[in-house]
Amino acid sequence: MTSQATAAPTFDCRADFAAELAELARADDRIVAVCNDSVGSSNLVAFREEFPTRLVNVGIAEQDLVGVAAGLANAGFIPFASAAAPFLTGRALEQIKADIAYSHRHVVLCGQSPGMAYGALGPTHHAVEDISWMRAVPGLDIIVPADPAQTRAAVRWAAESGRPTYLRVPRFKVPAVTPDDAPFEAGRAVRLAEGGDVTLIAVGTMVSRALDAAELLRNEGVSARVLNMTFVEPLDVAAVVAAAAETGAIVTAEEGLLSGGLGAAVAKVVAEQQPVPVRMVGVPAFAPTGGTSFLLDHFGLNAAGIADAARTVLGRTR
Amino acid sequence: MTAIVDVPPPLLPDEAAAQAYRERSARLREAPPGAAADELAEISTAVRRDILTTIQAAGMGHVGGDLSVTDLLVTALWGTLRVHPADPGHPGRDRLVLSKGHCAAALYSALASCGFFPQARLREFMAPLSPLNGHPARLKVPGVETSTGPLGHGLPVAAGCALGARLRDEPWRTLVVLGDGEIQEGSNWEAAMTAAHHGLANLTAVVDRNRLQQGDRTEDTKSLEPLDAKWASFGWEVRVIDGHDHKAIKEAYGPSTTGRPVAVIANTVKGKGVSFMEDRVEWHHKVPTDEQVRRALEELSR
Repeated sequence: MTSQATAAPTFDCRADFAAELAELARADDRIVAVCNDSVGSSNLVAFREEFPTRLVNVGIAEQDLVGVAAGLANAGFIPFASAAAPFLTGRALEQIKADIAYSHRHVVLCGQSPGMAYGALGPTHHAVEDISWMRAVPGLDIIVPADPAQTRAAVRWAAESGRPTYLRVPRFKVPAVTPDDAPFEAGRAVRLAEGGDVTLIAVGTMVSRALDAAELLRNEGVSARVLNMTFVEPLDVAAVVAAAAETGAIVTAEEGLLSGGLGAAVAKVVAEQQPVPVRMVGVPAFAPTGGTSFLLDHFGLNAAGIADAARTVLGRTR
Repeated sequence: MTAIVDVPPPLLPDEAAAQAYRERSARLREAPPGAAADELAEISTAVRRDILTTIQAAGMGHVGGDLSVTDLLVTALWGTLRVHPADPGHPGRDRLVLSKGHCAAALYSALASCGFFPQARLREFMAPLSPLNGHPARLKVPGVETSTGPLGHGLPVAAGCALGARLRDEPWRTLVVLGDGEIQEGSNWEAAMTAAHHGLANLTAVVDRNRLQQGDRTEDTKSLEPLDAKWASFGWEVRVIDGHDHKAIKEAYGPSTTGRPVAVIANTVKGKGVSFMEDRVEWHHKVPTDEQVRRALEELSR
């Protein structure tokens, strides 16, 4: 089973994250970076060289990382608090709740190497729970960019939003999927493919795979709409309701846990406003040992798996 | 949803009280510690009275810790820090963080004494839809720098404030008040290392050392001693004082002399000022009866 139907070039979006952050920092001296000994893995070495006093490394201490970022926001800065996603969202969850969200601090929490990007390092280092955990915090925006252009747009948007934000920074290589003229707005999904039989709603690494799945389905005479739901919070409720009403079936796909993630967010809207069959593609359990590509295939987080879910939701079988 | 109670209005400054505070606090701030002590004690007694009646009205609260921390908060707000009750978000204000957020009644009573909001609003403590939640919320209460309640949150945020002031090259300072039981939370020690590493001389951490936590004595739960040596070994300048001696508190709140952050270990008595509450673990969050409040107020007025 292969995951990539196309041979388009792929990108590690950390470089775009870092380049955009540096560009913003040149124009706005309120921008600072805070990290937990993750200068290298957050791709912030160049930022540190250019702005030595504006990168705060608190050492291996995520609770402190988030608290310090909240304090820097109190002092008038716009902190980008960056750490590996599993530790940032897991270890510091209560700081994210109390110091950032409940205190309404404009801090951009940057989850590095999210999903199963750490591959064979194992489930301790996977952040498949992050979207679920962040969804459970009121008042926190959740952005899951799908490619380099969206990563840059997300950094720019988050710097200006004035709101507590969780930004998942893609590491596993993804192709460019976003059209040049696509808007980047809170609560606005980007429609990447038109279709009337089913809607595939994806985020992050799953967006290009949903497009590939749509191609597989097209060969079988099934026309699939594809939505890139970049903002899991605030969700594009209107796009979900329209998808349910107009296509009658929905598949969600995320490199994240099935409990409480994108699929759950979409299912809530569908169940309450426009009930239609839904299937969710995601991570069901702690992963076995394996690299990222292997694990994505293992859990059916690929074009074939998404297409299968679409066939199921349409009442079809192979 | 049907409204079952009226929503209280937002908390706004008490202009007259804020004006009185501006003049009196300026004088007390400039006065030598010994000369300011009597007035600071007088204000503390008034705040203690408000704490007791506030908890009485709410039928809930953490009276023991409120009374141990009162002198520390009053000396910070009235005798040390530059805050602006009529303009609470003033960017150049000194930052006061109450990390032991369960002592909200003490913080609210002290903030009201400065005019951040009218003293009469204390009656709403923990009432439905009141901004005066059981733990301080930044968006609801002017003068609250960060929402606290879960323990171990104040020091990291305060360290971030202090670091921010330094990055901006601004003269304001940050003072954070910690419970002693609270420092069993590891996040404090993460932040203690950060503050020392960055030489945050503009940061003061005050430990309300009342020796009791919710369920028992600290030393019978998880010992903190030797507490002064702990802070010193983490790279802090340590000052150990009587936390009910306003002269000593004001002195201890003075600037760092070493370029390091300052830890003030303030030895206090839980329930201070009310004989039947003092140093008794059950008064962590026991609510006094009307008769007990009457006796307590009588003792405080002596």
